[in-house]
Amino acid sequence: MSKFRKEGGKELPEISTASLPDIVFMLLFFFMVSTTMRDVELNVSYLQPQAKELTKLEKKDLVSNIHVGVPLRKYQKTFGTESRIQLNDQFATVDDIQSFIASEREARKEELRNKLTTSLKVDRYTKMGIIVDIKQELRKASALKLNYSALQGADEN
Amino acid sequence: MADIAFLLLIFFLVSTTMDVDTGIYKKLPPIPEKQETPEDIKVKKRNVLAILVNRNDELLVNGELLDISQLREKTKEFILNPNNSDELPEKQVKTVPYFGDVMVSKGLVSLQNDRGTSYEMYIRVQDELAIAARELKDEKAMSKWGKVYSELDKEQQDAVKKYVPMAISEAEPKNVGGKR
Repeated sequence: MSKFRKEGGKELPEISTASLPDIVFMLLFFFMVSTTMRDVELNVSYLQPQAKELTKLEKKDLVSNIHVGVPLRKYQKTFGTESRIQLNDQFATVDDIQSFIASEREARKEELRNKLTTSLKVDRYTKMGIIVDIKQELRKASALKLNYSALQGADEN
Repeated sequence: MADIAFLLLIFFLVSTTMDVDTGIYKKLPPIPEKQETPEDIKVKKRNVLAILVNRNDELLVNGELLDISQLREKTKEFILNPNNSDELPEKQVKTVPYFGDVMVSKGLVSLQNDRGTSYEMYIRVQDELAIAARELKDEKAMSKWGKVYSELDKEQQDAVKKYVPMAISEAEPKNVGGKR
């Protein structure tokens, strides 16, 4: 056995891994800073419309999302292929919106409650009828800050 | 050490998303306190830019069939009324800080869409109006300070906003020949 060991003496010294934690920690902090927690599992699919005059939504914790889109394939048997509303994790109807807003308010600190913004994430082929109903409900719940989620579109002119 | 860090790293990679939320910000009008008689605020016809969008995503602006690409120019012309035409909105003299006494348009944009209008069209109309408003503000800011609107400070922005007001009113939707 010792015969083999002697040959090993000429091998390159192993690369030091002492700096590995530093590198990994750097990556870790990068991801922690630049990402946000995934909030809900989506049951609907949507393709957001494009727009040019966009504002960024600051303060993610003061945003409550309402998704409207076509149900995923596995739900299409029960919910059809028309656009549906999703609140939190479940499908909902327009009548559920007021209680949804109330519970979203409940979850925030008292002094932040009137700063809540509602972000509408809607599929671009949805008909306006459903959006109009949602807007009416939001007005009734006096959640007046609204954001129509849209993607940055190409500027063609 | 590295193992723990790796574990954390992988956890964050899996449980987070990178997307930034962008969108068009709007404020909804509050619901009127009581069921009052239909508001008596009568606006002269020339002061209104009525935009109607039907269920086929066609645009009717003051009775004229328009393409979405023409909407921006039309809106700007409506607010500015460069030739003081009788068809376009009246102006009234207002005192605006930094600018002094200027003629401010009384124009009002009214937007109405059908229940069958697609969301994409709605956003495009909103977007065009927002761009028109921004371009008007930029123009004024440019001629006064040589800067675009977004680079001005708060007071200057308020002044410009007063100078070129952009009031958009969204009418309650009609349900014309379409099911819910």
